Amino acid sequence: MRFFAITRATLAKDVRLEWRSKDAINAMLFFSLLVVVIFSFAFDPTAEESRRIAGGLVWVAFLFAAIVALNQTWARELRNQVLDAYRVSPAPANPLFLAKAFGNFIFVSVLEALMTPLFIVFYKLRALGSAWELLPIAVLGTWALVVNGTFFAAMSLRTRSREIMLPLLLFPLSIPALLGMVNATTAILTGEESARFWIALLVAYDVVFTVACLLLFEVVLEAE
Amino acid sequence: MSWRRKDVARRMKRGFTILAIVTAVLLSFGLYEALIAAPTERTMGDVQRIFYYHVPSAWTAFLLFLINFVGSIVYLIRRDEKSDILALVSAEVGVVFCTVVLVTGPIWARPVWGIWWTWDLRLTLTLVLWLIYVSYLTLRRFSTSSQTPMLAAVLAVFGALDIPLVYFSIWFFRTQHPSPVIGNGGSLDPRMAHVLLINWAAFLCLAWLMCWTRYRLEVLKREVEEEQALESILEGTR
Repeated sequence: MRFFAITRATLAKDVRLEWRSKDAINAMLFFSLLVVVIFSFAFDPTAEESRRIAGGLVWVAFLFAAIVALNQTWARELRNQVLDAYRVSPAPANPLFLAKAFGNFIFVSVLEALMTPLFIVFYKLRALGSAWELLPIAVLGTWALVVNGTFFAAMSLRTRSREIMLPLLLFPLSIPALLGMVNATTAILTGEESARFWIALLVAYDVVFTVACLLLFEVVLEAE
Repeated sequence: MSWRRKDVARRMKRGFTILAIVTAVLLSFGLYEALIAAPTERTMGDVQRIFYYHVPSAWTAFLLFLINFVGSIVYLIRRDEKSDILALVSAEVGVVFCTVVLVTGPIWARPVWGIWWTWDLRLTLTLVLWLIYVSYLTLRRFSTSSQTPMLAAVLAVFGALDIPLVYFSIWFFRTQHPSPVIGNGGSLDPRMAHVLLINWAAFLCLAWLMCWTRYRLEVLKREVEEEQALESILEGTR
């Protein structure tokens, strides 16, 4: 019970902070808008081509934009030594981690919800497969990005030039997740093959890394 | 230094010299065998001989990454400095051998396949491994934490968890790499296998030698750092 109380309190605080400042969401939105525009200039695709490449473009844009939210997750707590206070408090580490991961999940989901219509308009997208399957892919893919992203953002706090360090740690490990998201999305947009395998892969990735993060987060939080 | 420690140090030194000599002999013999003694491959010709460097490097790199994983796990459980140094050293030397694999592969692929690179299972897996371990070394380099070994060990565990997922995700693509010639249904000429194994032995000795040197260097480096930290504390109190 206490576990969820801590998670809820931290999550509510983060969402309220973001709601009032809108720092991360504005930066992410503008960033991914720029990516959409620049990509469509760079490729100038027809509707048929864009079906093949849109999965990749969409997820790369979201991945890069998510880095903005992920980087400020913990940096915010460094001001006024909030993180140190948390460390000396008797509260366990995992509720804090879960709250941060859920917070990032919400921010990135809002970004995706706002950006997807733009992608559809700019790239003239229409799914030839069953479009409802895009929803579980979005949920699983976003969780795959934010769970490891939140974890490695905490890790990169302990490094020089931490904002650059996060993508360097996160991207190599995210390759299977990114392959899963991109290929599942492409499979549904082109309607040529089933996305089942890629969804299963995303589920496996999410389960494995959520468990690993929960087991090892305390170690990372306690490191100075 | 007690006589016992001195004795151990002397024996270590002798062991190191012997290993260095064995490595040099094996490497020269392996080079001779690979370039002159081994039969020329019927369809590929002489370019196939790079295989005697490519495959042993790959096996050695994978073995070193495995050692890194074991060292990291042991460090997470026991928190002893030795396994941390072992993990660091094996990752560094592993990246070197993995780089050799990634460079020799395309040199062979260009004349045989007609392309430098293809996104096939084993090539991609090796590249992703290389990326993961480079990011591991970057973390160690950039970390300002006093608990770098701990963070690095955590990252190594994440990397190891990632590898099966990478494997399955790329497994979905059709594979273009020549299927394994060792083991089931292998059609490797026994003379070629012999040369391959000699070269692998030589590469293992070389890797061992490099790890050993790097291990001693790291131990000395940490001793010096400790001493300097102690000195600066003493100076501060004076």
